[in-house]
Amino acid sequence: MEAPTSLPDRPALDLRGLTLTYALGAGPVHAVRGLDLTVGRGEILGFLGPNGAGKTSTLRMLTTLLRPTGGTARVAGYDLLTEPTAVRSRIGYVAQAGGLDPGCGAREELVTQARLHHVPKPEARRRAAELADDLGLTELLDRPTAAFSGGQRRRLEIALGLVNRPEVLFLDEPTTGLDPGARAELWDLVRRIRRDHGTTVFLTTHYLDEADALADRIVIVDSGRTVAEGTPEALKRDHGPGQDASLQDAFLALTGRGPSREPVAV
Amino acid sequence: MTTETATSPPAAPAPPEGGHFWADTGLVFGRCLRATLRSKTSLYFGMLQPLLFLALFGPLLTHLDLGQEGSSWQTLVPGVLIQLALLGGSYVGMGQLVERTTGVVDRMRVTPVSPLALLLGRTLRDVVQLVAQSVLLVLLGLAFGLRAPWWGIVVGLAFVAVLSAALAALSHGLGMKVRTTPEFAAIANTTVLPLMLLSGLLLPMELAPGWLDGVSRAVPFRYTVDAVRYVFRGDFSTVEVAAGAAVTVGFAALCLAAAARLFRGRPQG
Repeated sequence: MEAPTSLPDRPALDLRGLTLTYALGAGPVHAVRGLDLTVGRGEILGFLGPNGAGKTSTLRMLTTLLRPTGGTARVAGYDLLTEPTAVRSRIGYVAQAGGLDPGCGAREELVTQARLHHVPKPEARRRAAELADDLGLTELLDRPTAAFSGGQRRRLEIALGLVNRPEVLFLDEPTTGLDPGARAELWDLVRRIRRDHGTTVFLTTHYLDEADALADRIVIVDSGRTVAEGTPEALKRDHGPGQDASLQDAFLALTGRGPSREPVAV
Repeated sequence: MTTETATSPPAAPAPPEGGHFWADTGLVFGRCLRATLRSKTSLYFGMLQPLLFLALFGPLLTHLDLGQEGSSWQTLVPGVLIQLALLGGSYVGMGQLVERTTGVVDRMRVTPVSPLALLLGRTLRDVVQLVAQSVLLVLLGLAFGLRAPWWGIVVGLAFVAVLSAALAALSHGLGMKVRTTPEFAAIANTTVLPLMLLSGLLLPMELAPGWLDGVSRAVPFRYTVDAVRYVFRGDFSTVEVAAGAAVTVGFAALCLAAAARLFRGRPQG
């Protein structure tokens, strides 16, 4: 494996006018309109917005899966457009769909994923065992993932996103569909990942309590634009209706609607 | 790959990843092959149809004049082999579509592995599977009364391998493009069936009226199956074999190029 060249003096994410417009039937759809955002190393950023706000589109651009139609971004210090391979080596991506093959065993998938990141085989095996231990999956390593519970699946999906020790971890609605216990566990896990490895976490969510509990900073997007940005406390204070404002109040005031809970297909 | 060298910041340029290409292809191939070996049903069911043609349709031909030299088995077995490649190869993209829906494809695309390695690894698995099934078909043909020189069979299987690679790659490419399984099935069904009928797989096109024979000359598989029939009869140095090889290889090159484009694409929107 090449020595990963880390650029720690650069912000984890630096978006300049990131734009996604595509043609759909009647006319152009402005999915993301000129997003500017800087995320520091080790920060947990909550990317919040109603359905269709452009959350998943933004995430898919930042993970090199969609090509922006305008603007630029640096991810882990590298240019999204001209250095996609360098970006891919330094990020972890856990999609809403998850990315598990029900027929494959957990160990096999972890080892393969690490080797796709060009980690040599013995080291890949070691990392698989280590991650399994860390994420409480050791007992399940040799079972097909079809037998996993929702929470176990999510933990394995996150483990798959961590095999390359990413500098930035992207989580797309990580707790959608999980029961309250599994959700709480996942929150702990995300905090632990950041604490132990200094990983930057960029997570999208519909759940206001999730953003409130996890994120150092929240960005609220609507119709492809940033409508507010700040710490959960600042957002409640500045955009909520009164003294006991919740993040929900701030959200409603900013977007003019409540967050819905259906997954967005983009 | 090529974009890496473009505009790098003054700091560290990204390390080149080109040296990993074949190792990555092997890795993807291994993962796919293990998955195939685990799901034995698809292995056997894929074979069922050509096998039935051989067992239940083949005996009907033994006393007919097919306008070909050699036994009817030397005409039918090559046809059934190409049919296996055509049917087996064209639908593999369905699996690709499923892996896209489950997020497996995206998970692998967010790694330094080249999209071409993701495509080739999958395609190689399909080739191995289809050639293995073809060997079983030939063995069954031998049991029914097929007689062919061993090197003719080997060359025939090479034709099957190249055609399988072409169709499988194209099918995976289609699996990256369309959004739903019904859409995929509609496209595959409406292309594969007429092409199959027009290539003279079950009965040679020499039996066809002039117009049908003429149309079938526009279908690449016609040349492949004709070539395989010649080599199964032991005629190696004929124009038909050369034409079959040229058309099959050319078709494969086109399919791979098209599939590579579909895989490399970072779609907008």
